[in-house]
Order: sequence, then structure tokens, then C-alpha cells
Amino acid sequence: MSETVIKAESLSKQYEGKDILRNISFSIDRGEIFGLIGPSGSGKSTLIRLLDLLEMPAGGTLSILGKDALASHSRFDLRNRMALLNQKPVIFSRSVYDNIALGMKYRKKSNQDIKDSVHDVLGVIGLEGYGNRIARTLSGGEAQRVALARSIVTRPEILFLDEPTANLDPHSTKKIEELVLEINREYNTTIVLSTHDMLQGQKLATRIGVILDGKILQIGTTNEIFHKPATTNIALFVGVENVFPGTITASRNGEVTIDIQGMIVQAVADLAEGYKVDVLFRAEDVTIHLEEISKTSARNIFRGKIKSLIPTGPFVNVIIDCGQDINALVTISSAEELGLSFGKPVWISIKATAVHVISDS
Amino acid sequence: MVSEIISGFLQAINLIITLNPEILRITLLSLEISLSSTFLSALLSIPLGSIIYYHEFFGKRFIINMVQTLYALPTVLAGLLLFLLLSNAGPLGFLGLLFTPQGMILAQMILVMPLITGFTISALSGVDRDMKIIVTSLGATKLQSIFTLIREVRFAILAAVILGFGRAISEVGAAMIIGGNIRGVFNYSGTRVLTTAISLETSQGDFALAIALGIILLGVAVLVNFGLNLVQEGSVWKSYTSS
Repeated sequence: MSETVIKAESLSKQYEGKDILRNISFSIDRGEIFGLIGPSGSGKSTLIRLLDLLEMPAGGTLSILGKDALASHSRFDLRNRMALLNQKPVIFSRSVYDNIALGMKYRKKSNQDIKDSVHDVLGVIGLEGYGNRIARTLSGGEAQRVALARSIVTRPEILFLDEPTANLDPHSTKKIEELVLEINREYNTTIVLSTHDMLQGQKLATRIGVILDGKILQIGTTNEIFHKPATTNIALFVGVENVFPGTITASRNGEVTIDIQGMIVQAVADLAEGYKVDVLFRAEDVTIHLEEISKTSARNIFRGKIKSLIPTGPFVNVIIDCGQDINALVTISSAEELGLSFGKPVWISIKATAVHVISDS
Repeated sequence: MVSEIISGFLQAINLIITLNPEILRITLLSLEISLSSTFLSALLSIPLGSIIYYHEFFGKRFIINMVQTLYALPTVLAGLLLFLLLSNAGPLGFLGLLFTPQGMILAQMILVMPLITGFTISALSGVDRDMKIIVTSLGATKLQSIFTLIREVRFAILAAVILGFGRAISEVGAAMIIGGNIRGVFNYSGTRVLTTAISLETSQGDFALAIALGIILLGVAVLVNFGLNLVQEGSVWKSYTSS
């Protein structure tokens, strides 16, 4: 059975009378990579500072590594078993070696011990031979790797990463992401990672908590969050392209029919007739056809005209006017194969199971 | 007057080159007093500034404002206040420090301590909030955290020490009132320092001596600043090579 290392219940925090965090409850198991995802200002950094015991919550309970983390006598010891990496790499005006050694010096480790550990960790982050460099002369990506090395050299059981790649170029970001996975694998370190980047969350996290306006609105696997967001706000944040308000006009055996201003959509949901709902589906779940195909209850078919084509990386976002503007995502090569162009009439299909329905109430 | 300045200048250079014993004595005493006062001030003010910075207490803002006001404390006023304390009838008269180099060191400390204390506080306040958070998260005790941050702002603090030395060696008001500008003879050092001597020689019309002392005063300032800059660069260099 997995061991719970962090258990938060109803944590709250205010600054100057303003609620920053409200009713935060979740638990994290040893060895997990838990992603905290939310836009800037949603309270991610504050929550991480509460969890790393750098600030006190206004209310709630917090247990870390089996101990009451809000009791003043356990906070220092617990803090010594955890580490934090900030968004902006914090670099001291010292050598790379001294930067990395700092936490070990605080713990009064022997010089030989420090030397061995720093040497090892320089190897892990791929900066062998950098020990004597003045840390401030490093590039942003290197500096963040040194900061990461400084946090892991003390072998923390829990590592907090607060937007660790938000300031970095794509190459350095990839490097840090690889290191995070490696640290988690090698040392079974529990990692709590905050990010505003859904894709990074998906790449790294085993579970994700979506935080919006100081509240955790949903916790689940990336798949659950991507395809079954609990609220329309989460859907918009995780980039669900197609969101339409509608009304359920029929409900039978867990299948519903929804009227979106004249566009009739079949979906799988347990909601009764008359409910106001939001209908969501991802652009990649929309398939484009050049000829009419047969409609079934398991498949929604619409006819429309291509309104615009927006290239995004190796994909093309195709906006099709079917009464409502529907966003479809296809690869550039299939767009070329299909000969998609402005004004072209097409049919689109969306599986009923790919349509996610959120009740308004 | 112009010729007087030129001849004074030439005589001054002659006095310096020939290591005039009177000038040597005055210069050494000046250095001794001002280096002592700066060193002792640093020793007290850096911890004092750190303590004020690290603790939240009622009236903290007021104390910081007072410390900063004292940057501009007129030297004669510091001299006067200390004179009242140290004079025979004063509360500290029993110490017998009036008209002694020790008394002058005390006077200069009153002038230098606010500078170093205040600059230590502002240097520490200027440290990035994220850095303070990281130091705590790395497991530093309160003391370790203070030492780490002081080390981080060491150049700003060193600059304050240099500034403090500059104020100490260049002030004349307190040195005159507390020291009394007593000429040294034989083994007795006296209390005549560069600034008080310049003041005296100028009023007596002995411009050559005054100019010579002025050149030395500037020279000393230059040398000390160079020395401290070397220390600064040395520590930069050390952080390059230490491992």
C-alpha cells in the first residue's frame, strides 16, 4: 500500500484580508509527481510555500511525512527533509560548488561528504567541471540546473518545483523536465510541480490538481482533466476548443440529446431533460470528411463550410461553420490530402463518447 | 597669494619626501585613530544592523529613520555631546577619556556607526525575497541564514565601511573638541591629527605645512580605498577559485 506523504485538509490563506487559498484538500503519495496547474495568480506559489513550511496557513490541517506540519516543533526538521526550486533561479554570489553545497553546509556535513555529493550531483545535471565557475556568470538554463542540484543534493524526500521552467528556453526546459523525471525515478522523490503549462503537467505529472482562484477544482489523471473537466472554467483553461451552452431535450439510458441553438448533439451523460448544460469537445476529436457519412446515435454528423485554417506547428486548426463555429485539429499532411481550403463544404463527425457534458447548476 | 600657494606646495613636497618627524607622527596617529574607530564600528554595527533587520518590533521604522538621520550628524555636535559626557563633571568623566586618542576613537565611532548600521540594514533589505525563502527552505537556522545573507551583500557593507573610514579620517569638529589638538612630544602621542593640524596651521598662516598635511590626508584616503578595493577584488577572485 502506498504511503501518504502530504495530506492537506481545508487549508486557507489570506493576505491583507484577501482570500488567496480557500478550502484546499488533497493528499499525495510517496513517489508521485503531483502537478498543480493553474493560471498565474491562482495561488500555486502560495500553496507551495505553505507545503514547504515557509508560511503558515490561516486555517486547516497539514500533515507531512506522517507528522503534524503545523506544530512549531516539527517544522524545522520536516523542512530539512524537503526542498524547493523557484521559478526564477536563486543564485548566490559564490562559485557553483558553494551554491550547491549550501544546504549540506547548513546540515554540518563533513567536507569530504559535501565534496562527493556535489561532484555526483554536478554529474547528474550535466555540468561536470563547472564547480569553480562563478555561479552568476551562468546562463538562465544552467543557473536553474544549479539551483535544482542545490535542492536535490540533500536528498529531499519531497521536492517542490514552483514553475521551474517558466523563464527558460525550450531546450533548457526539456533538460529540466528530463531531470525531474530522472530524480523521481532514481530516488523515488515525491515531486510537487506547479505550472501554468498544461502540456508540461501532462508530460511530467502522474496526477494533476487544477487550481483556479485559490481553490482546487479538480484532481485527477491528465486524461481525466483533459477529457472530462469538472467545470467549464477548467475546460477553458486546459484548452478545450469547443464549448457551447445548450439544453437537454431528451434523455434515455444514459444518452442525452442536446439542443445548441438548433444544432442537435448526442452525448453520453446522466442528466434529465430540461437541464441547462455546457457541451465540450476537443478539436482533435472532430473528424473531417469530404462526403456525407451515415449518422448514428453513437456519432454526431454536421455539415458545414470551412471558415478559416490556422496553422499551429505540425497541425492545422480548421474552423468549420456548422451553425456554430466548430474547431477541428488535423495534421498538415491530412489537411493537404483532404484538400481543405477556405469555403470548402465538408462534413464533420464527433463521437458521442467524446462529447463531455457539464451541468450548469 | 598665488606664489605663496606654489611655494607652499613645493615646501610641502619637500616635507613629505624628507619624512618630517612631526608630519609622520600626526599621520600615524590619524591612521591609528580612524582605522580603530572604523574597525570597532564595523564590529558593532554589522551585527547591530542585522539584528534590527531581522526583528520586527514596535518603533523599528522610527529607529531606522533615526539611524539614517545620524548619517548627517554634524561632527561638532557629536563632539559637543561627547565632551559633556566625558568632561570631569560629566557622567562619564571618571573614565578620563577627554583629550585622549581613545576619546577621539569614541567620538568617531559615534559618527561612523550610524553609517555602517544603516547601510547594513538597507543592504539586507535589498536582498531578493526569493533568496530569503530559498535560504530558509535549504534548512538554514536563523543564524546561518543571517550569515548567508550578510555574505551575499558583503560588497555593499564593505562600501559602507569605506565610507565610514572616509568620514572618520576627514572630520575635524569632534577631533578638535574631544582631542584638543595637543601636540605630541617624545613618547607622548598627543591628540593632533591631520585635520586638526591643517586647521591650526592654516589659521597660523603656515600654508606649507597645511598643504603638506592636506596632500597626505588625500593620499591616505586614496591608499585605504585602494586597499579595500583590493580586498573586494580578492574575494571576487577567491569565489572564482575556492572549491
